[in-house]
Amino acid sequence: MSSTTQNYIDLYAAHRNRMMEVAPQALNARRDEAMDNFSRMGLPTQSAEQYRYIDADRAFSGTYRLSLPTSRLMAEDAPVAVNNSQLLDKYYATCADADDPIVALNTAFATECLCVHVGKDINTGKPLEINDVLNGDTSLMEHKRILIVLDEGASLTMLMHYVSTDRQQFLTTQVVEVFVADGARLDIYEIEETHTACTRFSNIYFHIGSHATVRHNNIVLWGGITRNTLAATLCGEQSEVTLNGCVMADKRQQVDINTLIRHEVPRCTSHELYKFVVDEQATGAFAGKVYVAPDAQQTESDEVNQNICISPDAHMYAQPMLEIYADDVKCSHGSTVGRLDESALFYLRQRGIPLQQARQLLIQAFISQVVDYIPLEPLRQRLHAMVADRLSGELDQCVGCGLCQPRVQADGCNSSKP
Amino acid sequence: MLEIRNLHARVEGKEILKGVDLTIRDGEIHALMGTNGAGKSTLSNVIVGHPKYEVTEGSITFDGRDLLKMSPEERSHAGIFMSFQLPVEIPGVSMTNFMRAAVNARREALGQEPLKSTDFLRLMRETQKTVGIDRHLVSRSVNEGFSGGEKKRNEIFQMAMLRPTFCILDETDSGLDVDALRVVAEGFNKLRNEKTSAMVITHYQRLLDYIQPDIVHVLLDGRIVKTAGPELACEIEERGFDWIRP
Ligand SMILES: Nc1ncnc2c1ncn2[C@@H]1O[C@H](COP(=O)(O)OP(=O)(O)OP(=O)(O)O)[C@@H](O)[C@H]1O
Ligand SMILES: [Mg+2]
Repeated sequence: MSSTTQNYIDLYAAHRNRMMEVAPQALNARRDEAMDNFSRMGLPTQSAEQYRYIDADRAFSGTYRLSLPTSRLMAEDAPVAVNNSQLLDKYYATCADADDPIVALNTAFATECLCVHVGKDINTGKPLEINDVLNGDTSLMEHKRILIVLDEGASLTMLMHYVSTDRQQFLTTQVVEVFVADGARLDIYEIEETHTACTRFSNIYFHIGSHATVRHNNIVLWGGITRNTLAATLCGEQSEVTLNGCVMADKRQQVDINTLIRHEVPRCTSHELYKFVVDEQATGAFAGKVYVAPDAQQTESDEVNQNICISPDAHMYAQPMLEIYADDVKCSHGSTVGRLDESALFYLRQRGIPLQQARQLLIQAFISQVVDYIPLEPLRQRLHAMVADRLSGELDQCVGCGLCQPRVQADGCNSSKP
Repeated sequence: MLEIRNLHARVEGKEILKGVDLTIRDGEIHALMGTNGAGKSTLSNVIVGHPKYEVTEGSITFDGRDLLKMSPEERSHAGIFMSFQLPVEIPGVSMTNFMRAAVNARREALGQEPLKSTDFLRLMRETQKTVGIDRHLVSRSVNEGFSGGEKKRNEIFQMAMLRPTFCILDETDSGLDVDALRVVAEGFNKLRNEKTSAMVITHYQRLLDYIQPDIVHVLLDGRIVKTAGPELACEIEERGFDWIRP
């Protein structure tokens, strides 16, 4: 067992009683079992197939103070509550993969669960926005837990925005369990805009009924080490799931997205579009697996992963996978890693656009396809603007933490933006 | 004034230009003709600073400045414009954003304030009318899905937006129907003033009926082998290049 894993076991022993005091019963009921699971598995190393692109053991090795989050809710009438016990009793820890070491660790340390519930046939209208702000005056570790339940015919648009207001080292794990009942519709956007000293491991699990629609869009603008695991299980016929995402990574950012879509029943559709732009010494990884069960006939699935490596030191790993056990299916996948189109770049420069700005225009054009899929006009506009700001360097979230090279720091990478 | 002296250039390690001398004074129109693969586009690309083309010998000055020391964007700001033989499609970059960036980059280089949004959009509208390009083309991504002829019109539109002093038209006539050819050539003539000079590359006399050259050059195998008045173009149209070959 690695010493980092041992540290978490010790940390658990030291904090167990306190967590048991503050947390609701549903969470406590799973705690010891999850810790046992975690001790058995340990933090994943790169020899684990699921975690081969990021050294999780190392990512978790810093010194952090354990913080037990207490969420504050701003809106009274929003469909959100902290620790809704009815919901917890029914759904908590039933969908997340208990054999994933990050889920196990999170389940062992989670002390509250944000619960979003939309009742039968209710359309919440206005998007629900959850701002998750990392702040503190010392290095902090947080384990967040979210439960989203849409009853039959319910409809919800949700934006989860991860930001940091302090330039500390932050380590976050987050596990989100999502239940979308028959005929329900969920649009969910996750935007990460933390900083280069943040490590964030996020796992989201979707359980999808029949005639349901789920769209997830994952936009990673800033972070240090980001690992997003997504798993969607189609359990009812005639449903459609879309997992999209775009990643912009530079400095020494590492971003690893790992998706699994399981077609368990016939006549469902799934789409994936992921685009990465990696620059400087950044590393990007995308592994997307689509599984089609033996009975899941007339499945339609397409998966597209397109990536651009800007600098020769940037790395991109791409691994699309199909695992099909039914014969009447339409499935496609494709993955490309390329560079910026040199002739397009030159065309822009011939018209007087400086190299740096020409690059930005092309990168933005490449990324914007993902943002264009967002049906909500104001949100789409806002995200286009965020991407543009990110590319123009107006929003430099580098803390000069040693994660980036000195050359970059000297270029004014310690921005004063709060 | 553009002055090219003993220019040698390579692409992908292969020598294409083998000592080109050419002087184009303000207000002059030069036609450049020559067989396929002779090096006409190579010469154009070297003038505008395409990084793929490596100058191994010789010099180019523009209004007294050493062009070879300037980046492609600086050459553009100095007033050099090339209408590409094959304009590239850039999906996801709107014509509006592209032109806004180009116009304002040029203004910045000249020490002018960026155009206000309303002024910029008015300029787009007026220019679009002047060159007779379809309004809808201007609202799309750069050249994306444009027909061959539409791409060429779009080159002239961009030229009109940027008001260059030296223009290279690299086979701007190819792919244009007869009416479009006239519209594009007239567009170009409208933009000219007594200082504007141009290098017009073409295989056909047709274009030169509209844009009348002062001087015609023949480029063969990386060298200018003949220079004469406008009548040379007619002669080539009739007799081809064989009689010129050294
Ligand atoms: N980017 C490039 N990569 C490789 N070879 C090139 C490149 N550009 C030009 N060449 C080669 O250089 C030579 C001259 O090409 P160039 O395009 O300058 O000819 P041209 O005179 O413009 O011909 P055309 O009338 O057909 O347009 C050709 O043999 C061509 O294949
Ligand atoms: Mg050519």
